[in-house]
Amino acid sequence: MMKLSALQQSYLNRRPGSFRGAAPLDSSADGANKSPAAVFWLVLHGLCCLISLVLGFRFSRLVFFFIFSTSITTNTNHFMAPFRQLTTTTTAADVASDLPSNPVGDAALNGTRVVVGRHGIRIRPWPHPDPIEVMKAHQIIERVQREQRNQFVVKNPRTVIAVTPTYVRTFQTLHLTGVVHSLMLVPYDVVWIVVEAGGVTNETAAIISKSGVKTIHIGVDEKMPNTWEGRHKLEAKMRLRALRVVREKRLDGIVMFADDSNVHSMELFDEIQSTKWFGAVSIGILAHSGGAEELSSFAAVEKEVEEKEKKQAIPVQGPACNASSKLAGWHTFDPQPYEGNSAIFIDDRATVLPMKLEWAGFVLNSRLLWKDVEDKPHWSRDLDSVVDDDIESPLSLLKDPSMVEPLGSCGKQVLLWWLRVEARADSKFPAG
Amino acid sequence: MEIRNWIFALILCHAALVLTSCAVELARSPPTERISGSAGDVLEDDPVGRLKVFVYELPSKYNKKILQKDQRCLNHMFAAEIYMHRFLLSSPVRTLNPAEADWFYTPVYTTCDLTPNGLPLPFKSPRMMRSAIQLISSNWPYWNRTEGADHFFVVPHDFGACFHYQEEKAIERGILTMLRRATLVQTFGQRNHVCLKEGSITVPPYAPPQKMQSHLIPERTPRAIFVYFRGLFYDVGNDPEGGYYARGARAAVWENFKDNPLFDISTEHPTTYYEDMQRAVFCLCPLGWAPWSPRLVEAVVFGCIPVIIADDIVLPFADAIPWEEIGVFVDEKDVPNLDTILTSIPPEIILRKQRLLANPSMKQAMLFPQPAQPGDAFHQVLNGLARKLPHDKSIYLAPGEKVLNWTAGPLGDLKPW
Repeated sequence: MMKLSALQQSYLNRRPGSFRGAAPLDSSADGANKSPAAVFWLVLHGLCCLISLVLGFRFSRLVFFFIFSTSITTNTNHFMAPFRQLTTTTTAADVASDLPSNPVGDAALNGTRVVVGRHGIRIRPWPHPDPIEVMKAHQIIERVQREQRNQFVVKNPRTVIAVTPTYVRTFQTLHLTGVVHSLMLVPYDVVWIVVEAGGVTNETAAIISKSGVKTIHIGVDEKMPNTWEGRHKLEAKMRLRALRVVREKRLDGIVMFADDSNVHSMELFDEIQSTKWFGAVSIGILAHSGGAEELSSFAAVEKEVEEKEKKQAIPVQGPACNASSKLAGWHTFDPQPYEGNSAIFIDDRATVLPMKLEWAGFVLNSRLLWKDVEDKPHWSRDLDSVVDDDIESPLSLLKDPSMVEPLGSCGKQVLLWWLRVEARADSKFPAG
Repeated sequence: MEIRNWIFALILCHAALVLTSCAVELARSPPTERISGSAGDVLEDDPVGRLKVFVYELPSKYNKKILQKDQRCLNHMFAAEIYMHRFLLSSPVRTLNPAEADWFYTPVYTTCDLTPNGLPLPFKSPRMMRSAIQLISSNWPYWNRTEGADHFFVVPHDFGACFHYQEEKAIERGILTMLRRATLVQTFGQRNHVCLKEGSITVPPYAPPQKMQSHLIPERTPRAIFVYFRGLFYDVGNDPEGGYYARGARAAVWENFKDNPLFDISTEHPTTYYEDMQRAVFCLCPLGWAPWSPRLVEAVVFGCIPVIIADDIVLPFADAIPWEEIGVFVDEKDVPNLDTILTSIPPEIILRKQRLLANPSMKQAMLFPQPAQPGDAFHQVLNGLARKLPHDKSIYLAPGEKVLNWTAGPLGDLKPW
């Protein structure tokens, strides 16, 4: 039995791992006397070690377990540890069988069910996830998240009036469905004004009717030109048309410009609720080069990536604040790196550049547009006095652009992403 | 007519009250619940004025010189002993007149003898403690007056004053003879265990408060992880087969739940460990070689409900914090059913536990900030000491009377330090 306890002692040589020398092994002092029994055990131990090397697991423990299973009493539930790898059913049987009745051991203490020493590793018969429990867990998570959201709920939510200029083209379904889904997720009331170039069409009507939000579908007779510059101008006119509708119908809420190919984050809609009169948010500009260049050799791509990393990561357009969190200026898009390389026609495969300040980065209180409102701020221009042709950004609606409120922690949060992707003129979106 | 007016006025007042209370509820702060411990709202008690502590002036070889030899002692999980000393030196409860002191503190850093890896060696600690006590008993009369019954010591090591990292050895040694009458402030706590004596104050292990503060993420971030754990399941260096380490509980967690999508468990050391805890609903705090771990502190600070898998564990400040209401206790034998247990907790109870955890006094009580702040762990220790006052008359011994056997214990302990 001495050898057995020596084996046990070797497992007791615990942390720190590299530190085996210091902890005194009292029992190994006994090995000094070379009685034949000791030699026999030594030889047997060596044999077991060799067999273990061959087999790949601790053979000696198996032997000892089989031979001495009844008399091993140093510690408790001596489950079949080596069998754990072989079959799980054997362990299952042991899990079913309960603790041995009398945990006798040098470490057992009276009055406690916690015993020091080797314990078995309990594995249930089918250690895999149960789908019902997974569903329950998801419901718990959903409840917890709902509670979290409720802490940050806005006190008096105002209607979101989204203005989207669009026209029928290959990727219209793609882009507009994105906006549809974004608006469906908005937790506030939404009125969606869709202005279509080339007149109201059934295709567009079909897409926006799937949104489930209140929509106002307006047509503008002019057809969308095929240059980006022309498109920007017409879109500005279309947006003004929508603002006039807001004014006529006296819609109450916050007007935001949801261009159909932009990507909106849900935080945007929460953030704009805090607009008083006229707010500005930061837009991330995803100006990409057309597909052809990216498919060139990998070496060129790697070099491009390196260069891009040296430059600033992603251009952001939006309000800039000074140290006291007041509006100090504007971050605008710098077209200089793309000089001479930008797309002119809508289906060009070159980089599409945004304007200096995009409409999508501004939000306004719809009351700014109403006629005969007493508490309208004096620094806003009346909508009727705005001439269609010279409006480049909504800042022209203001006499004093310094009254704009920067939103999204003073422009530090990027709440939406500007993207323009259009297909070649002769391509068709797959039907259905 | 007058009665009508009075009734009207009453109704108005009532309506005003209701409206103001509604307005307060809608204010945008995370909902918390007050923690009513078993002794009332004790977490916010102020110990100043309720007790006086005298700090012995020991030669710097017991404290400062040890710290100078290895500065890592300030950051590891046993750093509480050092910070407690510093706190007491400048605290208003400190008195320079030992005659009026209720408690006596001996600043000896027993857990600062570190291996190159940073693990503390407890082999010289008994001798160091013994030497310190011999010093204070010969230079001041207060030790002999009570044989230490009104003294307290901070022993944050694995098994407290048993001074060994291996449980069997620690149990064999038992609590150091000379500390058997003193109050011990320790991290180890397990019921019916030799190394936890009655009247000890259990404290949380030290976790660096600044480091945790710097990893906070916005509260709006939705908690999307169900169960989170990072750490060892098998201690391959010392117990490769499992079964010894954590009494097999950690290995059982791994074997039962390694392919369960709800359990985000692994042995990795991600840099986003603190951030991930803030995105989890439950954080596992199983025992390791000892039942306590800094995971409990981290879970409380980050608002993740601790799932404590350690039979008979005694948690920090158990008489002031109602741990049953804050955490989930799972017996080691129930580990294979952990998923059933956790998913069958009703959501209202989970939300209540989260509200209790969001209480800032709860988080403060688990930390050792520098400089000390009201309600933190230092103050909870003082509160605990104050609750034990006044001292029972029976602790005072007659002059010359000796209760403790100074020569008991392994021979190695008796060598001078």
